[in-house]
Amino acid sequence: MESLFINIGNLCREKVVELTEVLNLPEAFAGYFMVLIYAIAILTFVLLNAIVLVYLERKIAAYLQQRLGPNRVGPRGILQSLADVVKLLGKEDIIPRAADKWIFRLAAVLVIVPTVMVYAVIPFGKDMIAVDLNIGIFYFIAISSTATIALLMAGWGSNNKYSLLGSMRVVAQMVSYEIPLVFSMLGVIMIAGSLQMSDIVAAQKDMWFIVFQPVAFLIFIIAATAELNRGPFDLPEGEQEIIAGPFTEYSGMRYALFFTAEYANLISTSAIAATLFLGGPSGPWLPSWMWFLIKVYAMILFFMWIRWTIPRIRIDHLMKLNWKFLVPLSLVNIFVTGVALKLFSGW
Amino acid sequence: MVFKRKTEDEVLQTERYQINLGPQHPSTHGVYQAILTLDGETVIDVENVIGYLHRGIEKLAEDRTYTQIIPYTDRLDYIAAMLNNLGYVQTVEKLLDIEIPERAEYLRVIMAELQRIASHMVFIGSFAIDIASITGWMYNFRDREKILDLLEMTCGSRITTSYMRIGGVAEDIPADFIPILERVLRELPEGLEEYDELLTGNEILIGRTKGVGVIDIDTALDYGIGGPNLRACGLPFDLRKVRPYGIYDRFDFEVPTGENGDSFDRFKIRLDEIRQSIRIIEQAIDNIPEGSVKSKVPRNIKPNAGEVYHQIEGARGILGYYLVSDGSTKPYRLHIHSPSLMSLGVFPEMTKGELIQDAVVNLASIDIVLGEIDR
Repeated sequence: MESLFINIGNLCREKVVELTEVLNLPEAFAGYFMVLIYAIAILTFVLLNAIVLVYLERKIAAYLQQRLGPNRVGPRGILQSLADVVKLLGKEDIIPRAADKWIFRLAAVLVIVPTVMVYAVIPFGKDMIAVDLNIGIFYFIAISSTATIALLMAGWGSNNKYSLLGSMRVVAQMVSYEIPLVFSMLGVIMIAGSLQMSDIVAAQKDMWFIVFQPVAFLIFIIAATAELNRGPFDLPEGEQEIIAGPFTEYSGMRYALFFTAEYANLISTSAIAATLFLGGPSGPWLPSWMWFLIKVYAMILFFMWIRWTIPRIRIDHLMKLNWKFLVPLSLVNIFVTGVALKLFSGW
Repeated sequence: MVFKRKTEDEVLQTERYQINLGPQHPSTHGVYQAILTLDGETVIDVENVIGYLHRGIEKLAEDRTYTQIIPYTDRLDYIAAMLNNLGYVQTVEKLLDIEIPERAEYLRVIMAELQRIASHMVFIGSFAIDIASITGWMYNFRDREKILDLLEMTCGSRITTSYMRIGGVAEDIPADFIPILERVLRELPEGLEEYDELLTGNEILIGRTKGVGVIDIDTALDYGIGGPNLRACGLPFDLRKVRPYGIYDRFDFEVPTGENGDSFDRFKIRLDEIRQSIRIIEQAIDNIPEGSVKSKVPRNIKPNAGEVYHQIEGARGILGYYLVSDGSTKPYRLHIHSPSLMSLGVFPEMTKGELIQDAVVNLASIDIVLGEIDR
């Protein structure tokens, strides 16, 4: 079980190498094919999990609100998300006449690209990283922050005042909260002494970093919720104020792309939280990838719990919380971590 | 070319723009439109646009007999139909100068207060949903359901009750009504505690509502608002206490007041009023006599020519009915003083200079029902 996926990977690699030999292609092509296979595997993982999460979110919301949730399609409504996907596929694809058509179309594609790209560095299990970059964390931050542009494009291209308001909120919020997010990661990176995901996981062999960096974990959770645009920081799509923010004018599969991107972001951010603070894929008895999934889903459940309990914060409080509380606190955390590392450099 | 150095204000100002909040919008609580002039996220000006739900109930009433008007009153404030019924039938009774049986009076109080609780629960729920605490909404609707079940038991209808009649109520309560009511009254405080835990004590809710949408007493009086919105400003003006109608002078209850007249006070005061309403119903259950529920009223109601104004404490404020009779079976004129219309008038004033998010909360906090505003 432990090396189930690694074996599948190796099998694929053998077949691909055979194939390139049969076809008389240069050796580098085997590598390209493998990248393609990894990409397809990741996409499958993301889409499958997104479908599960839509169902899970609705069920959890229902549970918290003392109602039943989806219960008509399939046993316990388990096929509800599939029905939704089919419905979205069948919907008319509307592009408003006043919209900036190319920006409008491109935004829906661009939003999903960085979200899938970050999965390249996520350690799904022991030796199960698609690309073990030596700047893994940095790559994650750099790529995930580009999603802001896609959301701004969506808001601008829709040519709708609500959308524009929403996308302005996205920019203000995501750019601001990136700072405490990165600073909270710095504490972990300082202890691990590396930006590489596998090194960070290896450094937590004895003790999870949440024990050494509880403050950083807290800041990370808050900043990550804001980055994910989830409640209580779901201002960009604040339904009660601005309908659906940047997504207001989108329909059908284009809307579904934004929706998928949101859940994909939720998974990847939870995965990063699990990797940085909860020991990544390590754990006893069960296979490492299973441990990883358990940790990721624990984080996701936590995010959902918060979302369905707490009301939405106001935009000026949002900014105050960031610049007057989270940023200074994360700086202090870095300072304390540095001093502690100097004092007990035995770690 | 002369370069003029721009002052700081000129540099920072962005282009103003208008957005239409409604008539189809999740937080307008009905078909109401507010034209917001915005500078970024700040609301500079608000223009109320009403009339989307106009059905001409006042005009329709001129062509109906006095009894036939009762179902129309359900459709005014469709969240609190019982109270509308009560206000109307008491107005006609005042015009006719008739006494109604004791039991009917008590039943009216029980129903009115149950309806007030249900109405306030809708308020708390929709207030919660407007600050995006959807769970708070569901909790309130879970408890409101119990009250609606009780109303259904009594008159067969959950929303449009038409229970009150001129000279009493439509019919007596079923035998198992009181035991179920007592159980519901025991369960309600538990629900209230849950709202307190989920909403009242929440930092974000307090941060978003304390000091937001402040109405001072003078402004409130100038605009003629009443009910919980007025009491939130600190003035203990409750028609049930100040000018008791029906048998309200027999009950012992307090009039909760707020301090600052902000959105938080308007939210909190509804929670307190639910507790007081529970007290009133408990006393009514203890004292309710046996007997008939309807006095003898002629089939064709023909009041003498004249006019009458009667007002009751509605769930949203002072609910007044003004009836002019020309001696025929139909009223010459019916005018309805609707509390929501008064409250909506102050909405632009309390929202100017605040954020668009505050505007939504302010609108929720004054608790408007469009059926009553447009009539």
